[in-house]
Amino acid sequence: MFKAIYNWIDERLDITPMWRDVADHEVPEHVNPAHHFSAFVYCFGGLTFFITVIQILSGMFLTMYYVPDIINAYASVDYLQHKVAFGAIVRGMHHWGASLVIVMMFLHTLRVFFTGAYKHPREMNWVVGMLIFFVMLGLGFTGYLLPWDNKAYFATQVGIQIAESVPYIGPFIAELLRGGDIVGAQTLTRFFAIHVFFLPGALLALLAVHFIMIRRQGISGPL
Amino acid sequence: MSNREQHEQSHSSAKKKTMSRRQFLSYTLGGAGAFMVGGVALPMIRFAIDPVLQKKTGGTFVKVAQESEITTEPKEFKYQIHQVDGWYESDPVRTAWIARDQNGVIFALSPICKHLGCTVNWNTHNDNQYFCPCHEAKYSIDGKNLKVAPAPLDEYEVELRDGWVYLGPVKPNSRV
Ligand code: HEM
Ligand code: FES
Repeated sequence: MFKAIYNWIDERLDITPMWRDVADHEVPEHVNPAHHFSAFVYCFGGLTFFITVIQILSGMFLTMYYVPDIINAYASVDYLQHKVAFGAIVRGMHHWGASLVIVMMFLHTLRVFFTGAYKHPREMNWVVGMLIFFVMLGLGFTGYLLPWDNKAYFATQVGIQIAESVPYIGPFIAELLRGGDIVGAQTLTRFFAIHVFFLPGALLALLAVHFIMIRRQGISGPL
Repeated sequence: MSNREQHEQSHSSAKKKTMSRRQFLSYTLGGAGAFMVGGVALPMIRFAIDPVLQKKTGGTFVKVAQESEITTEPKEFKYQIHQVDGWYESDPVRTAWIARDQNGVIFALSPICKHLGCTVNWNTHNDNQYFCPCHEAKYSIDGKNLKVAPAPLDEYEVELRDGWVYLGPVKPNSRV
C-alpha cells in the first residue's frame, strides 16, 4: 500500500534521488560506535540537533498558552504548568532541554576540537558552529525572561548590565535590548519576539549551512 | 562624408560614453533591487529601534518630604513616581535616604546596592554606615563604597520649593 503510493509519486516526481542524496551515504567505520565503542563521541552533533528539534516543537506548543504580557505572563505559565494536561511534561521538555542542548553542543565542540576536525578544509564549519553557539546562548537568555518571575526578571537585569559594560556602544545595546530604560512590558514582548521568531529563524538557516557543508566535505578522517 | 563613414564615427565615439546593454541592465536591476530591499528593511529597522530614539521625558520631580524633617541623620522616605512603560502605566514606590551634610545642604541617596542591586539600610550595626545584607557591602554617609561594592551609591537630583524637598531622576554620586 505505502509502496504503491511511493511508486505512484516517484513515477511522477522522481523523488528517489532527493532522499538518497540526503540519507543514503556510508557511515565510515571510525565514527560507528558498533565498530569502536569510543566512537560514541561522534553522536553529540546529532544529539544536539535532536534536542534542538525538541526545543522547537515544545516551544511551538508552549505558545498555545503563553502570553508575553507583564500582567499575564506568569499566570499563563502557572496555568500551563499546573492546569493543562501534560503541562509539566511539555514545559519540562523545554526547560530541561534548554540546558541539555547547551551541554550537548559543548560536548560536540570538544569532540570537534580534540579530533582536530576544525582544520583545513573545515575551517568555515567551525565558524558557523560558533555562530550557532551564540544563537543558542541568545535563545537561552531571551527564553529565561519569559516566565516573568523574580528569577527571570533579575537574571535579565544582570544580563543586560553585562551587555551595558561593552565600551562605547554598551548603553545603546542595553536600551535596544530593554526597549526602553527599564526592564518592563516592552522588554518582555521584545524578548518573546526574538526568542520565538528571530533566533529560531537564524538558527535554522545556520544549521542548514552547517549540514550542507558536512555533506559536501564528509566527516573528517580517523585520528 | 558618406553615410557609412558617419555611421562608423558616431559608433566609435558613442562607444566611449555609453555603457553596454548588459551593464545598463545590471545597474537598473541592482538599483531596483536595492530600492525594494531598502523599502522593506528600513521601516522594520526604524520600528525595532524606536524606543532608543524616543524623546526622554526628562524626569519629573516628586514632592517627598518637608525640609524641616531632614536632619544630619539619614532618614528613609518612600514616595510614588508615575512610570510609563509603553502601554503600561504604574505608580511604583521609590525609596530615598535623605540627610543634610555639615553645611546644611540636603542630599538624597538611592538604596540600591551598587554590588548586585539589593537594598541597603542605614546604621544597621550602629556604625553610621549604610549596610547591604546580601554580601555585606558598606557605604559611608555620603554613599562612598567602603567594602565589597565597586561604586558609590547613586544620588537623586534634589530640588527645594516652598519648604518642600522634591526628588528627581537618579544620577551618579557627586559627593565622593
Ligand atoms: C534551541 C532552541 C531554544 C532554547 C535553547 C530555548 C530556551 C528557553 C528557556 C531557557 C526558556 C525558559 C524556560 C523556563 O523558565 O522554564 C524558554 C521559554 C520559552 N520558550 Fe524557548 N527555547 C528554544 C526555542 C524555542 C522556540 C522555537 C519557541 C517557539 C516557537 C520557544 C518558545 C518558548 C516559550 C513560549 C517560552 C515560555 C514558557 C516557559 O517559560 O515555560 N522556544 N525557552
Ligand atoms: S548586593 Fe549588596 S552586597 Fe552584594
